[in-house]
Amino acid sequence: MPLFFVKRLLTLIATLLGASAVIFMVLEILPGNAAQMLMGPDADPQAVQALARQLGLDQAPLQRYGAWLGGLLTGQLGDSYVYSTPVLELVLERLALTVPLALMAMALTTVLALLVGVYAASRHNRAGDVGLMAVTQVGIAIPNFWFAILLILLFSVHLRWFAAGGFPGWSDESEGVAGALKALLLPAVSLAVVQAAILARITRSAVLDVMREDFVRTARAKGLSQRATLWQHVLRNALIPVVTVMGLQFANLLAGTIVVENVFYLPGLGRLIFQSIANRDLIVVRNCVMLLAAMVVVVNFVVDVLYAVIDPRVKASDI
Amino acid sequence: MTAALPRTSRPATLAQRAARHPSFVIGAVLTLLLAGAALLSLVWTPWSPYEMNLAAKLQGPSAAHWLGTDPFGRDVASLLLVGARNSILVGVIAVGIGLGLGTALGLLASARRGWVEEFIMRMADFTFAFPAILSAIMLTAVFGAGIVNSIIAIGIFNIPTFARVTRASANAIGARDFILAARACGKGPWRITLEHVLPNILPVLIVQATIQFAVAILAEAALSYLGLGTQPPQPSWGRMLSEAQTLLFQTPMLAVYPGVAIALAVLGLNLLGDGLRDLLDPRLTRKR
Amino acid sequence: MTTTAPTLLEVKNLGVRLHTHAGVADAVRGVSFTLQRGETLGLVGESGCGKSLTAMALMGLLPESATTSGSLRFQGEEMIGQSDAHWCRLRGDRIGMVFQEPMTALNPVHPIGRQVAEPLRLHRGLSAAAARQEAVALLDRVGIPDAARRFDAWPHQFSGGQRQRITIAMALACGPDLLIADEPTTALDVTVAGQILELIRELVRERGMGLLLISHDLGVIAQNVQRMLVMYGGMVVENGPTRAVFTHPGHPYTQGLLASRPQLGLPTRQADGTRHRLAAIPGSVPELHRLPAGCPFTERCSGALPACAGTLPAVTALAPGHLARCLRLEVSA
Repeated sequence: MPLFFVKRLLTLIATLLGASAVIFMVLEILPGNAAQMLMGPDADPQAVQALARQLGLDQAPLQRYGAWLGGLLTGQLGDSYVYSTPVLELVLERLALTVPLALMAMALTTVLALLVGVYAASRHNRAGDVGLMAVTQVGIAIPNFWFAILLILLFSVHLRWFAAGGFPGWSDESEGVAGALKALLLPAVSLAVVQAAILARITRSAVLDVMREDFVRTARAKGLSQRATLWQHVLRNALIPVVTVMGLQFANLLAGTIVVENVFYLPGLGRLIFQSIANRDLIVVRNCVMLLAAMVVVVNFVVDVLYAVIDPRVKASDI
Repeated sequence: MTAALPRTSRPATLAQRAARHPSFVIGAVLTLLLAGAALLSLVWTPWSPYEMNLAAKLQGPSAAHWLGTDPFGRDVASLLLVGARNSILVGVIAVGIGLGLGTALGLLASARRGWVEEFIMRMADFTFAFPAILSAIMLTAVFGAGIVNSIIAIGIFNIPTFARVTRASANAIGARDFILAARACGKGPWRITLEHVLPNILPVLIVQATIQFAVAILAEAALSYLGLGTQPPQPSWGRMLSEAQTLLFQTPMLAVYPGVAIALAVLGLNLLGDGLRDLLDPRLTRKR
Repeated sequence: MTTTAPTLLEVKNLGVRLHTHAGVADAVRGVSFTLQRGETLGLVGESGCGKSLTAMALMGLLPESATTSGSLRFQGEEMIGQSDAHWCRLRGDRIGMVFQEPMTALNPVHPIGRQVAEPLRLHRGLSAAAARQEAVALLDRVGIPDAARRFDAWPHQFSGGQRQRITIAMALACGPDLLIADEPTTALDVTVAGQILELIRELVRERGMGLLLISHDLGVIAQNVQRMLVMYGGMVVENGPTRAVFTHPGHPYTQGLLASRPQLGLPTRQADGTRHRLAAIPGSVPELHRLPAGCPFTERCSGALPACAGTLPAVTALAPGHLARCLRLEVSA
């Protein structure tokens, strides 16, 4: 077991390093002189030089890369080119919205998908199954940002139960935490529905696959009812492929969060990235993208470890 | 359990089975609609999608404008038709990049095995840490927004997908006896790959391509919605949605039409892909 | 003579009808036999003859699309048409079953001890500790070394033969009256198969259970059961004491089956100079949805009468306790 864990950990670190290298190359080396871009093409060359020196852009690329890596580990991410506030501060502020949103969406997705997937599998080829699968097919085809707009149309424009966007913050005097959660509900739902459609189909497939296995017949031969067999024997085996997919989905979820934040005008990481792109504030973009990539890689690592916990055969074969 | 279930006495032809397969039929119809709309837009649209007529802005459906007009007075139906063309263009090129490079890499990995395979697969896994949106963000941050960059970003993400699928299928085929026989005849690895492996993995690739096409359309729509994709004045379904969002309280239907178009196109391609999967590889024990 | 206990298993005219997309198939027809406690009965036939379906019918584990007809009495109680809940009470408790594929018969994510203890906890309501104790004893009895420690081991840590021993332990945990073994050794190496069969024989004798052993291997049948049934095309074509069936087979199919066994030690050439060839029954097993109304063996039978295809032969007694279904036997009897 420890060997498996160590191997995975090394892969994690290698991937993070690789990701940072790619990001740095794309966002720092390729564009050329960031100071030049910030000041525009007609700026006085001396002023550009001064700014470059101030931002530390006159050092060799490898040095800057090393400095950045060091900064990532210590939390010294530098200052925004545009706002001159520490990038770390900006990012943490925005994370306070994006992370809860992603978690809410993930939770909703999981619950919805497992319920629908298991139910459809138990009603295989009957009305319930066919109907639910048709619904999930449509769910997969709907862009999450369009679904978000439709939700706004229904719940904000028509019913006026929710605001059409915005976020009051976690410690607003009048609304408090409840208000913050309410503001995140529609965004979370619009993210969750599409992801849940995909995951429900996978869950159903996985459950059907496991139900075909011989050991399910053995369980029935021991006198277990259909329901007991499902809960005690089928589900844990079916979870294996489902959890794997959930890990892969997390990347999509984050991508979706970026888009959905824009739909609802939420001041999260996604909006920060876009504003920074518009402002050519590349240092912020660089660190945000690194953060997002790191989140995906870490989640995949956790999924791999979970996989080993759920499936005892994994430790033996040591992938 | 080995109950001898009876088989049908006469195997139906592929076309017959296709006609009876609901997923395939619906998918094919929708996909043909999409293609048809795009092709039609090349020769005719009710109005020019670029023609602005502020006097006629934000009108509802009428005899002149079948789906009404947008905030700039442009005909919505025409915008949708040309948008179809846009979506197909992105889909074809992005999937083409993935199919071409990805398949080549996958075949290479499967043919060479060893550290080449390991390296290619690790790179593929690595790329999965960057969803298309993220790559697009990076590219547009550096090179600016536009349809070309979004196609590249989506295409780049297709490469590892196809590489993985190709390599998995090629490995499965490579383990079969007829490949062994070909090698025993003295055929070189490249000839085997081209003559034996590739034709056998074609069904899998076709299915994957249809699905990736759908993914590409969704990704392009998202990028255009964010302003990173197709730039004005080129019509794009995604951007139509973002423009419509500001007017939700006044003309809600403007936000519905482009979304329906996207959903139908993606649904059609997905169903087509599912149908093709069932039809082209009946050896799979998938009765669902 | 009156028996104090009801017959363990009494099957009369059992039929299983499958509904498939190609049509309706009567996969099992008119199967009748009895089995007492302490008796061993074999069921032999080729793939597709309906033996596994019969076994599943005896456990109430047929797919939902199948309809069962006839009578199936377990210890006097009619089981056909009973609810699944009723069947669940019997399965694992009064009837145990061992299947063909030991490599996939165990749940890979549960320790084996837990799986052996499961029927004990389910039917006897034992606590985890008590069930564990009994399960360890069972594992020990079936020959798993170091049972107490290996209670917590995973299925993938055992060989095929060992896994089959574990499934036997599972099937016998609650001390059932009937054990159904469906091709228990087909997937095992010959030496291991021998050990498993010996284990089953011992346990059946020890506990006085009834045993229904299903196999396509005549050798296995010959050595392990007192009486045997021969199945073909969904029907029992011969039924009798093992020795009698082997030495005086009544049905043409049984005769063909026995004749097609390769024999060692024969001279290469026969008396007339021709080479000795392996005998084989011409033709192939019929598809279940295209069986004739009469005897399913008609097409391949060298002595078929014109009436054979249309008339289902009645059961004829060749000797006391030795029955066969063949029109020719009826005619000559």
